[in-house]
Amino acid sequence: MTTYIFDGSLEGLLTSIFEFYDRKEKSVQLVWNKFYQPSMLDEALEVINDETKARRVWEGLKKKLSPDWRTRFYKSYLSEDPQTFQDLFDFARYIFDSPAGAEANFGNPHVMAISKMDKRVNREKHRMKAFIRFQQTADGIYYCPVEPDFNVLPLIVSFFKNRYADQQWIIYDVKRKYGLFYDLNKVQEITYEFVSEIDTKKVALPAELTDAKEELASVLWKDYFNSTNIPARKNMKLHIQHVPKRYWKYLNEKEGKN
Amino acid sequence: MYDRIREKLGILADAAKYDVSCSSSGSKRKNDNKGIGDASNGICHTYTEDGRCVSLLKILLTNHCIYDCAFCVSRKSNDVKRAAFTVDEVVELTMSFYRRNYIEGLFLSSGIFKNADFTMERLVRIAKRLRLEERFNGYIHLKTIPGASQELLTEAGLYADRMSINLEMPTEMGLKLLAPEKSHEDVKMPLGFIKDTITQFKDEKKTGLIKSVPKFVPAGQSTQMVIGATPETDMEIMYSADEYYKNFSLKRVYYSGYIPISYDDRMPMIGSQPPLLRENRLYQTDWLMRFYGFNVKELLNSKNPHLDTDIDPKLSWALRNLDQFPIDINTADYRVILRVPGIGVQSANKIVQARKFGRLRSDQLQKIGIAYNRAKHFIRCADSPVMLNEPDAPHLKNVILTESSSKYLKVAQNQLSLF
Repeated sequence: MTTYIFDGSLEGLLTSIFEFYDRKEKSVQLVWNKFYQPSMLDEALEVINDETKARRVWEGLKKKLSPDWRTRFYKSYLSEDPQTFQDLFDFARYIFDSPAGAEANFGNPHVMAISKMDKRVNREKHRMKAFIRFQQTADGIYYCPVEPDFNVLPLIVSFFKNRYADQQWIIYDVKRKYGLFYDLNKVQEITYEFVSEIDTKKVALPAELTDAKEELASVLWKDYFNSTNIPARKNMKLHIQHVPKRYWKYLNEKEGKN
Repeated sequence: MYDRIREKLGILADAAKYDVSCSSSGSKRKNDNKGIGDASNGICHTYTEDGRCVSLLKILLTNHCIYDCAFCVSRKSNDVKRAAFTVDEVVELTMSFYRRNYIEGLFLSSGIFKNADFTMERLVRIAKRLRLEERFNGYIHLKTIPGASQELLTEAGLYADRMSINLEMPTEMGLKLLAPEKSHEDVKMPLGFIKDTITQFKDEKKTGLIKSVPKFVPAGQSTQMVIGATPETDMEIMYSADEYYKNFSLKRVYYSGYIPISYDDRMPMIGSQPPLLRENRLYQTDWLMRFYGFNVKELLNSKNPHLDTDIDPKLSWALRNLDQFPIDINTADYRVILRVPGIGVQSANKIVQARKFGRLRSDQLQKIGIAYNRAKHFIRCADSPVMLNEPDAPHLKNVILTESSSKYLKVAQNQLSLF
């Protein structure tokens, strides 16, 4: 068993797969460098990212996988989960070593692992579409900080661009310190400097930064949320299952109810 | 200044909440006019403390009503605060919520004031304003007001994604008992008219003669029945639902457990528990009919006019039909696999694909995600042990109830826990 140490990037992951075949390894344990702890008996290789090698692997996957499954591969990668990196490595090997169509073998543990992680990332992506609560700033931009479990911002770009085509908006990932800004034409990636005026750790913008109508909109939404509830049917277990507590601080209708 | 609009919203959201339809899917409206919004797969933006999804701004235009239906909180004789939104207020609220990503769109219903046409005309005016002036492409669900003119209904259908009329009670008899002024015939007429118009638009599109045929109620029609206010059996309820699904190509039938809101002695008392478990079983039956290939007569019939409360309808059916089991996972038809308790649509699909690569074992089935502890009694796979004696239904039910993660056992009959 050889240990491959890579930097957690997609390019690094794909390069690792290339190295596996190039070096004719028997089996490889893939480790993200930030979790790597050297041990005595380890035979370790530090994988050096290589765009050409990575591209060759991706092209190879393209030949064997439908667009659907390529997206699944990418989405699972966005989980940033160490075990999933190993699963992706093993899945790619299984695909390369099998005849076309192997991805439909749900009896195979690697296929199932990717299928499951894809589902989890999808759920998080969907939650961001649901739980984003824009606040209108004084200069007319709709702003929302988020903290998704997985790195799903790349997956929601086109959704928000299509839907909110006539308003400027910012979605900022507080955990990963980057965000998206739509300027009525295109979506661009922004860093923390772009939102430096805002204390991104606080969810609600201070009154002086918001539009005059923001407070009323938020109050009416909270009113609506409470009025549309039917107390005789109260079911907090179901409520929490659908709206897990870790999201509450980002939802104005749940404010102060944690 | 805020107080007046806040009070109105309080009254008119409260009065609208007994309509349970929450769907915002099934429409493929795109934002291709550089306006705002689109409608596609449906998103639940939040859930209330009763666990119901909030997808649309669901309000009444007004709760003034000329009718006196015993089951309705807005009935004429009920002593409640009344309010009415202006067209501007509804448009502004919808846009303000939508722009902040609070909602998928608007669900607009209304008490009947003056007459059907007058009410319908206001609803249409709001939808029209949203579409044409605000360039709003989000989801709009409009109530069809029975008795409104066909011209108004046609116009409504051009702006709305979904339209619905509630049957209120599952049978004509039940309805007459609580709302003598109403009749299911009044519902069937507009349902039929809109269904026919949808077909007409679709046919025009097929001919290809007209370049861009406008959308007409692209997300189809739905209806709702109140459960437990009148004495219908589960069989009567589901047969009625089945008939409406078939005759009017409905997208959804909603079942709403009656929440006592009146001291009328024809109905359950205020304070009595809404029939939530029964409602859940009816939805399960509805799903089995729509996605699992069951005929309603297999699930409910004169021998079994009521659904079991302690087990779900699929398991009930399987226990009544043990002669059809066990089935071999590795050879059985997809439709047969779908009928196994503990196997859903997604797992059935995965099984059918995976078994092409070799005979499946129990550990693989578990990983695929079936509820193996329930399903194992009804299936055979590559490593199934030889079964010596055939189990009988009461015994099997007992075993399953004991082994299951007590989803059923914790729940007292006819009542869901509050916390």
